[in-house]
Amino acid sequence: MQKRVVFNNRLLPYLLLAPQILVTLVFFFWPAGQAIYQSAFIPDPFGLKTQFVGLDNFRFLFSDPYYLASFKTTVIFSSLVTLVSMGAALWLAVMADRVIKGSSAYKSLLVWPYAVAPAVAGVLWLFMFNPNVGLVAWYLGVLGYDWNHVLNDNEAMGLVVAASAWRQISYNFLFFLAGLQAIPKSVIEAAAIDGATFARRFWTIVFPLLSPTTFFLLVVNIVYAFFETFGVIHTITLGGPQQATTILVYKVFSDGFVGQDLGSSAAQSVVLLFVVGVLTVVQFRYVERKVHY
Amino acid sequence: MSGMVEKRGLGTWLTHIGLILGIAIICFPIYMAFVASTVTQSEIAQPPMPLLPGPHFIDNYTAALTQGINAPVMTMLVNSMVMALGITIGKISISLISAYAIVYFKFPFRMAFFWMIFLTLMLPVEVRIVPTYEVVAGFGMLNSYSGLILPLIASATATFLFRQFFLTVPDELVEAARVDGAGPVRFFIDILLPMSRTNIAALFVILFIYGWNQYLWPLLITTEPEMNTIVMGIKQMFPSGDDIANWPVIMATTLMAMLPPVAVVVLMQRLFVKGLVESEK
Repeated sequence: MQKRVVFNNRLLPYLLLAPQILVTLVFFFWPAGQAIYQSAFIPDPFGLKTQFVGLDNFRFLFSDPYYLASFKTTVIFSSLVTLVSMGAALWLAVMADRVIKGSSAYKSLLVWPYAVAPAVAGVLWLFMFNPNVGLVAWYLGVLGYDWNHVLNDNEAMGLVVAASAWRQISYNFLFFLAGLQAIPKSVIEAAAIDGATFARRFWTIVFPLLSPTTFFLLVVNIVYAFFETFGVIHTITLGGPQQATTILVYKVFSDGFVGQDLGSSAAQSVVLLFVVGVLTVVQFRYVERKVHY
Repeated sequence: MSGMVEKRGLGTWLTHIGLILGIAIICFPIYMAFVASTVTQSEIAQPPMPLLPGPHFIDNYTAALTQGINAPVMTMLVNSMVMALGITIGKISISLISAYAIVYFKFPFRMAFFWMIFLTLMLPVEVRIVPTYEVVAGFGMLNSYSGLILPLIASATATFLFRQFFLTVPDELVEAARVDGAGPVRFFIDILLPMSRTNIAALFVILFIYGWNQYLWPLLITTEPEMNTIVMGIKQMFPSGDDIANWPVIMATTLMAMLPPVAVVVLMQRLFVKGLVESEK
């Protein structure tokens, strides 16, 4: 935790820590404290004074069908994003691990989407599927499918999932590939000599040995889908149609800024704080421990 | 799984085809954006749009850079660059010195500070949107670079990374520095900083991408188009009514918005992967 040999200086360490601690207090702890404080009050209609309501904001929140629907939407959205991006990444990583020549070229061609902002990914996918001018939407029309994510809930969900997962594939790919390359070749060769087919070797040997990587990525992808996909939702659907893609983070924003419902927004922030807390604890307690070997 | 396993020709070919197909699907959205940025508005307004690039590359990019829609894209690019560099340099600087204090000094409340920094991991801006906005508004920092940068420069991840690295630096170096009469400031500048070069560079790549790609925060605090960053400014370029969006200019802007971070990843791939792996430890 600390050096055996340390400097003896009374003031210096505090000066060194001051900038970080100051930023932390002013922009992290104070606002978080405010959110907790505000979650126990409701402002009057004129915004002149607030009234203490205890836990009423939370009671109201958890009996609000829109909020519960947003919870459900978030769970569906996160599961789909995680499944799609990890599935595609694993498929690509297994193939990249198989090729002898050109493996690093493929890697270079697959890492860059990580650098694309979620909001930019949203605009790219919105363009392809725009009901009026989008190329993919147009060809779907030719095939007899009338695409309109502005009106159709499932299509809207599909589109935000695709855009969010697309950007995350490269991250998952890098970690899966590293995980695959760390598996001793001798184990796989032994199984091949025993006559196990590729599919059998994959499911009985490779996949179980990859489980630490898979579990780590599972947590990272859930955190990503929960908290970093705001840009995708905001650029493509604005949470619509009829809240079909309103994930929790989007709802805090739309209730707090667009709807100006501060008590509810603060209560939602507190719920999210709890969610992040749980995810962080899971990440630090369990991810480091190897699941398999 | 190369080596002696599976060396038959057909399997290898299928693998290559599969990979190329996957890459093609992943690159397709970018290709379509590029095509859109080289044709005219009317070509896109009458679907299907062309599948091959047109001759209007220079027109569209010039129009975007010099006029844009609400503000010239050039202005937004400058704003993004200032924000991204400010966040990156800010995070690295304050994390370096905090990690130095925590590892190399003994003082009351050392662990309390460490845990305070750790807790910021649990407080992403997304969950404290309204109150953080109120704090920044209270300081009069809306529509300013300091408002864009300062609230984002605390970094538990960077502090942990440097702390981890400092702990691996041999104690003999401090002893030697002391014998030579060097104080803590000299030791930090002359010995520790140069040794941290690779870690700083790897972190720089990751944090630059993080800073450049910020969306929600600039969306909240920049209400004047002249202060918009490019990543959040794209959405503002869409018309609010039934008008057809100016897709060629919007797509040119979209490509320019992704160019700097993508270039950083492609050109500094090894540092990028190192940064990614280290910052997730």
